[in-house]
Order: sequence, then C-alpha cells, then structure tokens
Amino acid sequence: MDKASTSKFSLRTRPTSEKLVDVGFKNIVVAMASMVAIVLFSIFAVVYYESNESISRYGLRFLFSSAWNPVTDEYGAFTAIYGTLFTSIASLLIAVPLGVGTAIFITENIIPEYIRNIIGIMVELLAAIPSVVLGLWAVFIMEPFIRPFLNIIYELFGFIPFFSTQPLGAGMMPAILILVVMILPIITSISKDSLNQVPLKLRQAAYGIGASRWTTIFKVIIPAAISGITGGVLLALGRAMGETMAVTMIIGNSNNFSWSMFAPSYTISAMLANQFGEADGSQVSSLMYAALILMILTLLVNVFAQWIVKRLSLKYQ
Amino acid sequence: MNYTSQKSLTYNPSLTRNVGNKALTLAVALFAIISVLPLILVISYVLIKGGSYINLDTLILEPEPPGDDLLSAGGIGPAITGTFIMSVIASIISIPVGVGGGIYLAEYSKSGNFAKFIRFGSNVLAGVPSIIAGVFIYAIIVSTKILFGSMFSGIAGGISLSILMVPTIIKTTDEALKLVPNDMRRAAFGVGASKFLMITNITLPAAFSSISTGVLLALARAAGETAPLMFTALFSRYYITSFDDLFYEMGSLSVLIYNFALEPYEAQNQLAWAASFILVVVLLSLNILSRWIGTLGAFSKNKV
Repeated sequence: MDKASTSKFSLRTRPTSEKLVDVGFKNIVVAMASMVAIVLFSIFAVVYYESNESISRYGLRFLFSSAWNPVTDEYGAFTAIYGTLFTSIASLLIAVPLGVGTAIFITENIIPEYIRNIIGIMVELLAAIPSVVLGLWAVFIMEPFIRPFLNIIYELFGFIPFFSTQPLGAGMMPAILILVVMILPIITSISKDSLNQVPLKLRQAAYGIGASRWTTIFKVIIPAAISGITGGVLLALGRAMGETMAVTMIIGNSNNFSWSMFAPSYTISAMLANQFGEADGSQVSSLMYAALILMILTLLVNVFAQWIVKRLSLKYQ
Repeated sequence: MNYTSQKSLTYNPSLTRNVGNKALTLAVALFAIISVLPLILVISYVLIKGGSYINLDTLILEPEPPGDDLLSAGGIGPAITGTFIMSVIASIISIPVGVGGGIYLAEYSKSGNFAKFIRFGSNVLAGVPSIIAGVFIYAIIVSTKILFGSMFSGIAGGISLSILMVPTIIKTTDEALKLVPNDMRRAAFGVGASKFLMITNITLPAAFSSISTGVLLALARAAGETAPLMFTALFSRYYITSFDDLFYEMGSLSVLIYNFALEPYEAQNQLAWAASFILVVVLLSLNILSRWIGTLGAFSKNKV
C-alpha cells in the first residue's frame, strides 16, 4: 500500500535519454534553420567570387557598355540591365491596374460571391502554370496573334523611338506582355488578401456618412490596404526581374541596344540562360558579374518590399 | 429652421457620382475579365493542342534526336521519369530542412533576433531568381565535380530545385504551427510531455494539413521550373536504368519543352506541346489537391 502510493505520487525525474532527445532535437532544428542563412550567404559568396575577375577588370564600366564580344574579351551588360529594368517596369505598369482592379472587383459585392471566388481561384491557378509553358504559348500562339496589331502601331507611331523598328517576331513587347501574365496572379492575390483584411467597420462608417462605393474604395479601403498592395507590387517587380524562361524564349536574345520595344533585346536572366552553358574563361566571370547585378537588384526590391509592409501597415483591432 | 433639402431623395442615375461609380465598376469588371482571359487561353491551348499529341508512344518512347526523323520524334517517357526523380530528390532534401526550420521558428524562438533574421533570410531566398539557384549549384557542385567526379547530374538538378522549395516550406510550417492554440502546448506540458514529445505528438499532427499544403505547393512550383535545371541536370534522351545513372545528365519535362520549342522541326514542337500537357495537368492537379487538403485541418487558415 505504502509502496504503491509513493510510486504513484513521487516526482518523476526525467531520464537522461529524454533530455538528450530534447536537446538533440533542438540542435537539429536550429541547424535546419541555419541552412537558410548558410545557403543565402554562400549564393552571394560564390557568385561574387566567380565574378571577381570581371569586376576587377571592367569595374563599373561593365554597367554602361553594351559590348559582348568573346573574341576580343570585351564585355558589358548595359543592354541586358536596361532590358531587365525596362521589361519589368513596363509589365508592372500594365499589371498593377489590372491586378488591383481585379482584386477590388472580387472583394466588392458587385456580383454573387461564388462567381467572385471562381475568378479568384482562376487567377491564382494562373500562377501554377510553369513559365516554360507560358513561353511555348507566347512563341506559337500569342506572338503571331499580336504581330499585326504591333505592325499597326509601328506604322502609325514609328517616329517615336520606342516604336521605331518593324516587329518581326521575338522582341521586347511580347516579353513584356508575357511578364504581365506571370505577375498578374501575385499582384491580384496579395491585393485581394490585404483588401479583405480591411475591417468592415471602416467601410460601414464611410457608407454611413454618405460616401459612394468608389469614394469609399479610393478614400478609405485602398489607403487602409496600401501597405499590402505595395508589398505585393514590389514582390511582383522582383519576380519580373528574375523571370527567365518565358522571357528567354520570346525576347529575341540580342545584345544590340535599341530604344525600340519591337526590337529583339536581352535581360540578365535571359543572357544567363542562353550563354552560361557554352561559356568559358572570362565570359563565365562576366556572366557571373551580370548574375551578381541581378541578385543585388532583386535583393534591394525584396528588402524594400518587406520594409514597406512593416512600415506602412496599420494594425486594426 | 428648414433643414429639409429641396433635392429629391430618390436614386438619380444621371448624377455625376452615380455615372462615375457605374463607369468604374464596369472598368474593374473588364479588368477582371482581362485577367482571367490568359488562363483560359493558355489552358485551353495546352489541353487541346497538347492533348491531341498524347498517345501511348508519346508517353513511353525516348525522344529522337532533332532532325533525324521528320515524321516522328519519339516520346517524352524519360523526361517524365526525370522530372519525377528530381522532384523526389528535391523533396527529400527540402522537407526536413523546411519543416525543421519552421519548427525552430514557431516553437523555439518566436521573436528572437536569430529567428527574425531567419524569417527575413527565407523571404529573401524566396525572391532569389531561380536561374541564380542553377548558376550557384553549377558553381559549387557541377564545375567542382564534388559528387564523386560526376558533372551534370540528376542529383545536382534535385539539389538546385530544393533551394527553391525550402523558403515556401519554412514559411508555411512556421505559420501553420503558430495557428495551433497555445492551450494544447500547455496541456501537453501539464501531463509531463517533453518538448520533443509535445512537438511530434501534438503540434505537428495538428498542423499537418497546412504543412502538407505548403509542401505540395512548393513541389508544384519546383516541378515546373526550368532555369535551375539547365546547367545542373542538363538533358538526356535516355531512361535511367541503374542507380549510377543518377550521377549523369537527366532529362526533364520542362527542359524538354524549352529545347524542343526552339527546334525548327514540327515533330519536336509537337512533343513540346505534349510535354506541356502532362506538366500542366499534373501541376494543376497538385495545386487543386493542396487547396483541398488545406481546408481539412482543424486549425487551417480558412477555418479560424
């Protein structure tokens, strides 16, 4: 009796094996978490190390020259940097109104909820289509379809430098359009989430003092959700700058600089996809230099996105 | 003392604000239609055009070298198995790392400086362009021949895909575990469970469905990626026949689409469409499956 009660109520000391498992498990998950930091740092370190030769040889001249000549060993990434920035910003200009507009349409009670849900799911499924499939579609279906329209623009507005060459197939404009298709889901789904998080009270208060639907949207709902929307737009910008396959297949891959949106061009990622496989010697280190520039650009955009979400976000209780 | 306005209280559709409201509503409706259009167009072209080239030969045969035979290009069999094998390799690496990292963030250090840094780092890693992952693996694994002297290999391809999967898995694990109520943790400690037992027996099972959603979404993204495979796994026209073949070039659906789309031969282009059909059908099913699993869990986002 006595013996039984002590064994029932005595404090149980943890066996060493249990403690070991606990400590071991903690160390394992810490190691797993550290992997992220290790991989991130080593990506930077490796790309920087491999590009060292070109950085010391060309310095900042690399950014402003559009020479790309493996024979004379002259390399410059101006065309690719310009192409990367131009295509991503131009696609953003088209995709932001479309994406935010769609997000407003599916968060307002304009049409029945199940139709809105279907539209939301369809736009998000667009993100599931691999970029190489979109590239295939762009090459065989989209580009032949839009070429006549681009030709009309060329004939009417050919005196403007941006439209000054005849569209002959692959070029910057189709690349911009396919980028729009790729970043639309990101902008739409993030904007939708942030619009949904705006408390109902704000909307009701606006309606209560006589604001119309669109006054409410412009003066109350969008300002309240602006941090999320901006974050989503910046994430989309980062994505557009790093996007490789669809752009490589449709942009024409030419290192000759042209102001025209209808002429073949290059982006940094397209240049890597195209040349990295066959490159050797100083071309590799020049490509790595270009990769480093791409990494820094996307890093800046991503860090800025995270900062702005933190900075601008209002907390509603 | 007369506060009532002379204006009528009935709805007047010709008022500027009402006309403006209508116009803006129509505009966003139009935007929504434009946004949905690409999906419908891409999916219908891939399903109809790609589906028409699908038959048993296409699914099983090995692809012929371009230009050899103008009428038939063989099939996409090795590419299907290659994509599958590399996705499995990527999952074997990224699931433990991702789930482990997520457990650390949610269970051990919710707001410590190291955890903040890891969260930030995993967001940054998620934004690293996929081609950079390929270049990185090329530099550290392929060009150094560190994997038993092999250069381009399916394993290197799988590793580069895992870099893309880890951030998504960490993030969803972290968020899923945070949704598990703290009462359950206290109850587990109260009955004397160690932290290890609490995590493996209580919180991980409670968050299981949300974590699987994240894993499936990450897998669906990785399986469709091309850029990281171009310099790591390269491409191969042959089936793998032994374990050693993992250390040699390996074909994949996405690289096959890229290579064959740019060939001037009709037969190769058709194979690219057929491969797109398989890839899109599998990825869309994975996506829909993951959404469905996400609604099952007790503490999933959609229910709380």
